[in-house]
Amino acid sequence: MGDLSPCVVYKQESTKHTFAIENLVEALTLSEAHPLASMAEPKTKYDRQLRIWGDQGQAALEKASICLLNCGPTGSGDIEKSCSWRSGKHNSHRWIQMDESSVGQSKAKCVCAFLQELNDALVEASLLRLDRICRQANIMLICARSYGLTGLVRISLKEHTVVESKPDHFLDDLRLNNPWPELKRFAESIDLNTTDPVVHKHIPYVVILVKIADDWAQAHGGRFPSSREEKGAFKELIKSKMIALDEDNYKEAVEASFKISAPQGITLQLLFLNAHELKQLVAIRRMYFTIHISGSSLHQIINDHSVEVDSTSSDFWVMVGALKSQLSEFISCDDVLDYCFSAIGELLYDLCQLSCRCYVNLQKIYQAKAEADFLAVEQQYRPIEEEFNSPSLPEMQKYLNDEDCRWLPIAIGFYILLRAVDRFAANYNRFPGIFDGELDEDIPSLKATAQAILNDLGCNGSTLMEDLTNDMCRYGGAELHAVAAFVGGVASQEAIKLITKQFVPMTGTFIFNGIDQKSQLLIL
Amino acid sequence: MAGSLTGSGGGGGGNRWRDLDRLLTRPGNIVGPTFDPSPELRSELQQYVRVLVVGAGGLGCELLKDLALSGFVNLEVIDMDRIEVSNLNRQFLFRLQDVGKPKAEVAAKRVMERVKGVNIVPHFCRIEDKDLDFYNKFNIIALGLDSVEARSYINAVACTFLEYNSEDKPDEDSMKPIVDGGTEGFKGHARVIMPGVTPCFECTIWLFPPQVKFPLCTLAETPRTAAHCIEYAHLIKWDEVHGGKPFDADDPEHMQWVYSEAAKRAELFGIPGVTYSFTQGVVKNIIPAIASTNAIISAACTLEALKIASGCSKTMTNYLTYNGLEGLHTKVTEFVRDKDCLVCGPGTLLELDPSTTLQKFIELVGDHPKLQLSKASVTHRGKNLYMQAPPVLEEMTRSNLNLPLYELMDKVPKDVVHVAGTVNKDDKKTSALRKLRVVFKGIDGVTDMDTANGA
Repeated sequence: MGDLSPCVVYKQESTKHTFAIENLVEALTLSEAHPLASMAEPKTKYDRQLRIWGDQGQAALEKASICLLNCGPTGSGDIEKSCSWRSGKHNSHRWIQMDESSVGQSKAKCVCAFLQELNDALVEASLLRLDRICRQANIMLICARSYGLTGLVRISLKEHTVVESKPDHFLDDLRLNNPWPELKRFAESIDLNTTDPVVHKHIPYVVILVKIADDWAQAHGGRFPSSREEKGAFKELIKSKMIALDEDNYKEAVEASFKISAPQGITLQLLFLNAHELKQLVAIRRMYFTIHISGSSLHQIINDHSVEVDSTSSDFWVMVGALKSQLSEFISCDDVLDYCFSAIGELLYDLCQLSCRCYVNLQKIYQAKAEADFLAVEQQYRPIEEEFNSPSLPEMQKYLNDEDCRWLPIAIGFYILLRAVDRFAANYNRFPGIFDGELDEDIPSLKATAQAILNDLGCNGSTLMEDLTNDMCRYGGAELHAVAAFVGGVASQEAIKLITKQFVPMTGTFIFNGIDQKSQLLIL
Repeated sequence: MAGSLTGSGGGGGGNRWRDLDRLLTRPGNIVGPTFDPSPELRSELQQYVRVLVVGAGGLGCELLKDLALSGFVNLEVIDMDRIEVSNLNRQFLFRLQDVGKPKAEVAAKRVMERVKGVNIVPHFCRIEDKDLDFYNKFNIIALGLDSVEARSYINAVACTFLEYNSEDKPDEDSMKPIVDGGTEGFKGHARVIMPGVTPCFECTIWLFPPQVKFPLCTLAETPRTAAHCIEYAHLIKWDEVHGGKPFDADDPEHMQWVYSEAAKRAELFGIPGVTYSFTQGVVKNIIPAIASTNAIISAACTLEALKIASGCSKTMTNYLTYNGLEGLHTKVTEFVRDKDCLVCGPGTLLELDPSTTLQKFIELVGDHPKLQLSKASVTHRGKNLYMQAPPVLEEMTRSNLNLPLYELMDKVPKDVVHVAGTVNKDDKKTSALRKLRVVFKGIDGVTDMDTANGA
C-alpha cells in the first residue's frame, strides 16, 4: 500500500458548521503537534477506538491526508476552530490551503483545506469536475451536503479494496440451510432422539438446527420455512423436541432459527495450507483468509486484469492473484465452493458440561472463529457524472414506487430535489426559497425543474411529491446544525473505513431524511 | 447571491439563526400537528423550552453542543463521573488538563464559552439525587447514557408525570418527551419516547437483553476462548489466591495480575488472543466508541428534540438504528406500547380499605407480585408522605406511618400515588419509581373526575 491515503471531503454547501471535519480531526492522532504525542499513553486516550481498528488502522489514519473543500468564507476559521474545539490544538501542517488545480497535482501530498467561494451556478458542474480530477489522481472523494431537513453523502473513487472487513458476526453465514459435507456428516452422527437427558441437553444448537431444518425441508418439498407462519411453525417444531425445560441448547436453536431462512451469501473461506505466496503473505497474521465478494462474482474478480500481480499491486490483488493460482488446481469454482465455509463467532454451544470432544469436533469443522477473519472486499464506484446521466432506471423506479413508504417516497424525492435545486441555482443564480417574497413563485419553478430532471432520466416521475417540493422551497438552502452534524458524522465514518481499509464502506448515495429519519441508500 | 448562502460563523450577529428561522417562520406541508410558524417562534422556544441532558460523556458532549447550536438556550446537564484519559478520543469538550474534573461542569463551561447566549447549568451528582420537582421543570429530556439501569430510571421519572384523563387517554400537557441515544463502535440507535403514546423504555426493555455471563464451570473446566481464560482469572483465580481481597478493576496491578494469570491459562489450553488490552475490555466490559458514531446519533436526537419543541416537522416514530459496519444501514422501527406497562401505563391499581395505614401500604407495595418495591418512599401530589432518606426527612415523615393513607391523601376516594424504592432485577438491586392508582373501598364513588385525575 502507498504511503498516503489521500482523501477529499467535499462539502457542497458552504456552511457555518464545519461538520465532517470535526469528527475526522478527532479520529486522527495529530502527531507531533498534539499535546498528547509527548505523553507516554496515547494508547489510553485512543483505547476505545483502537479496540475497533487496532494499531494498523490508527497508523493509517495518522498517515492520511485530508482535504476539505468548500467550507465557505468562514471555512478556514472554522477548521481552526473545530480543530481546537475538538483537539485542543490546531495542527497547522496538516491543513494547508490549496486551490482546485493543485488537487490534481497532489498525488504525493494531498494536504489541504480548499476554500472555494461558492458560485451557485456551478455547484453541479464543479462537483463533476472535481470528481474527474480526483479519479485521475486516485484520490478518494467524499461528498457531503446539508440542505434543510435533507442532505447526502456519496463516495467516489475508482475502486476500493478492503483487507479486513471485520464483519460484525458470521451468524448469517452459517450455511445452515446448505451444510457442506463435513457438517452434514457430523450432524448425522448425532442422534436428536437420544434418551440420555445429559447428552440431549448438550447437543450443539447448530446441529439441532441443521437436523430439524432437514426434517422440515423433507416434509415441505425441499423448501425451508419462509413465511412468518412457517417460521413460527418451525420454532414450534424445535420446541416440541425439548425433553426438559432447562435445555438452553434448544432455546438457542429457537433464537437462531431465522438463520435457516437467511439468504445464502457468497462468503467463501478457503483453507490455503499449500499456497506458498499466501503463506508468505498471511503468515504474519493468519494461516488462512476469507474472501468475501460483494457485488461481483468470484469469476469476475478472478478474471479481472489486476490479478496480473506485480510489485505495485495492493495487498488485495496479491491475495486474489494467489487465490487464482490456487484455484487452477481445482476443477471448477463449484468444487471450490465445497471447500468453503464460513467462520463463526461466539455461537458455539456454551454450556459447562458440554463434552469437549463434541465441541472440538464441531469447532474443527467450522475452523475457529473470529481469529479467522481475514476478509477481503472489493467495491467499485461509478463516476458521479455517469450516475447523474444514466442512473439505473429499474432501481430508480423501484425507489419511486417504494411500497414500504406509506405516503411519499421521501428519500428518492430528496435525491431528485437536491439535483433540482442545483439546476434551479444554475438558472436563477440562487437557491429556491431564499427570499420570502419569491417563495410562492419558486415552488412551481422548482417543481418544473424536478419534473424535467425525471423526464431527462426517462422516469415517469408520477406526481412528484408536491408536499416535498413545497418543503424544499421552504428550506431555502438553510443549513441546520443537527442535519450537518449527522451528515458529517456519516461522512467521517465512511472516511475512517476508507482510510483504514477496514470494514466495508457504503456504496451508492446516502440520502438523509430529516423528516421521519427514514434515510436511504440509493444505488443508482 | 453567494453571500446569502453562506453562514455567518458561529460568532453571532443578527442573522445567526437565519437558517433555523427559515424552518420556524414558514408554513410547511410535512410538519407536526401543533406547528405554528411565526417570526416569534424561535425566541419563544429560547425563552420557554428547557432541556435536560443526562450524561456528559461521548453522547452528552455532542448533545450539549448540538442543542446549543440548534437554538436551545436553557440547558442543564447531569453526570456523576469525572473525566478520564480514555474519554479524550471522543468527548471533545475535554482536555488532558481536565482529567479528574467533573464532566458535567467542564462540558457546560466549554459549550458556554463557544456558543454565546446559551446557559448551561451543570449538576455533578447521581440522577437519583435529584427529586421529581427537579425533573419536572424540563420540557424535554435528552439521554446520553451507557447503562440500562440509568435509562430505566429516567424513563420512570418522565413517566411519573404522565397523567391520564377519565377515558384513560394520556394527557398531552403532562407528557415529558425523551430522546435517547446509544452507540457501540460503528453502530447506534436513537429513539423518541412520548410517554403514553410511543413505547417507553420499559415497554421495549427486551431490546436490551441482560449481558451474557459465562457459566462458571465452563471457565473452570472447558475454556475455549480468550474471554473464558480472562474471566477464569478474574472471577475464580483471584479469589482463590487473594482470599477475600476485593478485585479493583481500576488498580493497574490487579489488572496486570489477572492478565498474566489469564495468559498462563490460555497457554495451557492453547487458546490465542489474550492481551492486556483485551483483558481490560473483558473485565471492565468496555464498549468501543468513536466520535463519528456519537456525532450521528446525537445529531438525530437533537433534530428530534428540535422538532418536538417547535413542531417544524413531523417526528420520527420511533426507533432509529444505524449500522456503518458493513456498508451503511439505517432503519426506523415503529415499536408498539406494552398495554400493561407498569411504568407508562395509567398505573397499577390498588384497592385499599380506608383504614389502611401508610406503614401497611408500604408493606403491601413490597409484597405486591407485580411491584415488589422494597424500601418505598411515598409521595402524593408532590407532598412527601414518607421518605426513607435523607435522615432529616425520614424523621419528619416517620409519624405519618401510623396514620391511615386515606387521611394523608386528604380523603379523596381515589388518586395517583408515586412510590420510589428498589427492585431486584437480574440479581441486582436497582432504583425504581412506580405510579399507583389507589382506590379506597366503600367510599362513595360519585366524585368528580377532575379530583381523580389531577390538574
